Amino acid sequence: MIWNAHYECMEREELRKLQGERLQAMVEKVYFNVPFYRLKLQEKGIEPGDIRTIDDLQKLPFTTKQDLRDNYPFGLFALPQQEIVRLHASSGTTGKSTVVGYTHNDILMWSEVVARSLTMAGVTKSDIIQVAYGYGLFTGGLGLHYGAEKIGASVIPISGGNTKKQLQLMEDFGSTAIACTPSYAAYLGEALAEEKIDRKNIKLKAGIFGAEPWTEEMRAQIERLLGLKAYDIYGLSEVIGPGVSMECQCQNGMHIFEDHFIPEIIDPETGDLLPYGELGELVFTTVTKEAMPLVRYRMRDLTRLHAETCQCGRTLVRMEKCVGRSDDMLIIRGVNVFPSQIESVLLEMSETKPHYLLVVDRENNLDTIEIQVEVEEQFFSDEVKDLEDLRRRIHANIASLLGLSASIRLVEPGTIERSMGKAQRVVDKRKLK
Amino acid sequence: MIIKQLSVFLENRTGRLTELTGILAENDINISAFSIADTADYGILRMIVGRPDAAADVLRKNGFAVRITDVVGMIVPHKPGGLHKALQIISDNGIAIDYMYAFASGDCKATVVIRADSLDRIIKVLQEHKLELLQAGDVYQL
Repeated sequence: MIWNAHYECMEREELRKLQGERLQAMVEKVYFNVPFYRLKLQEKGIEPGDIRTIDDLQKLPFTTKQDLRDNYPFGLFALPQQEIVRLHASSGTTGKSTVVGYTHNDILMWSEVVARSLTMAGVTKSDIIQVAYGYGLFTGGLGLHYGAEKIGASVIPISGGNTKKQLQLMEDFGSTAIACTPSYAAYLGEALAEEKIDRKNIKLKAGIFGAEPWTEEMRAQIERLLGLKAYDIYGLSEVIGPGVSMECQCQNGMHIFEDHFIPEIIDPETGDLLPYGELGELVFTTVTKEAMPLVRYRMRDLTRLHAETCQCGRTLVRMEKCVGRSDDMLIIRGVNVFPSQIESVLLEMSETKPHYLLVVDRENNLDTIEIQVEVEEQFFSDEVKDLEDLRRRIHANIASLLGLSASIRLVEPGTIERSMGKAQRVVDKRKLK
Repeated sequence: MIIKQLSVFLENRTGRLTELTGILAENDINISAFSIADTADYGILRMIVGRPDAAADVLRKNGFAVRITDVVGMIVPHKPGGLHKALQIISDNGIAIDYMYAFASGDCKATVVIRADSLDRIIKVLQEHKLELLQAGDVYQL
């Protein structure tokens, strides 16, 4: 099923032409309405007239998260407050929160891309969808909500948390789809097993999971626990929120809705454009957003793009699951470590749960890394030699993947804090000193 | 002859064992015998309790990782050479013991809890040598 075949299956040349026209209009708009962009373009000696086709995109300067913070709260808005109908903001755990604004048309466009995304997961108006993303300043809840309503599905706006209620409504209302973070989906799955709810009463068939990195092993685990097919949705509030890209039934990467968001992959060091298929930093330019257009926004996510037409018939480029965020990346004894790599090691081992905590510290000027891992009860052996063997194997698997010797600490099941939203996987004590 | 032993994974955290004994006390479950195998980060508590299944349930409900393991309880005379004689029989039969712990019960007898892969064989050879074994029903009441 395809929600909007006109745009999703457009010939690439036709799409590039459309992108060029939209880019041109957007650049003109920000040049005259956002002093920040005008200054940056002037510094590079660029005038709106210099941008005619999509190939001119590379001439434009990059925008970073820091630019958003520097212009807090409304400095990058291209329209007066009277035109803004919605404000969202990031939690701001790593600095001042970033604020994004939407016009009425932006909300319609956002609903459209989420409707396309949900359709990829097979959601139709015959479905009952439980939106267990947080509602509020976070874009997850309301983003999925509007898209699901546009499709005509019955939306349960339950928001995140309140696990017992989630399971009860899942059973009583017969939810057929659920949207939340993958870590919360895994948690719901575990809770479902513990509640002794008859699986026959659970009608879930599709899960739309995103807003944090997750692995294929985690996908398999969630699918097993919840008895559904799990789809990856990608988005960032700066660009629009969830619905920037989404997996289709082929699950061969996430299709980017390029008629609205133009992706590029660059070398994070030099800023040079990289060809399709190469790993680099993802950059997005929004060409239809009215309230807060973004010019070449550096996502800090590392991935690859593929442009071959998908078996589903969509011509939209596909992005691979992000290898990691340069923000999440830890440098431990000079080794680049992404928490998602640790997670994939643990998920490959049946004895451990994907609940873990990385504790990074520095002792005598040397970085130390401790990985706390929960032991699955059914694999808990009452013999020290078996547990020590498990510890050695985790240590060896991590050493072979990362080239890093980590100390492994086995902890009791359920003792690592579960998150209702984005999971907190890392405690970096080095920053405190 | 086979006795159910409770094994509990315990992190080395001040007060963690006390939480466990508190839960058992509240639920009126008696501990007959126990031992702890400890490492730097965690310990494995092994114990013989009255109502082992109920004890496992209540501990699980309280978030403990619990496993029920089969063991045998061998009764040896509480005098020099008592344990040696029994162990000699077991090793002569080529049976490897994973771990064991013992408690004396004041009546000139000592009980040794044994965990091994081949519990059935241990039971068989000990019975052949007329060594007394604990009955499941008795031991939970010790």
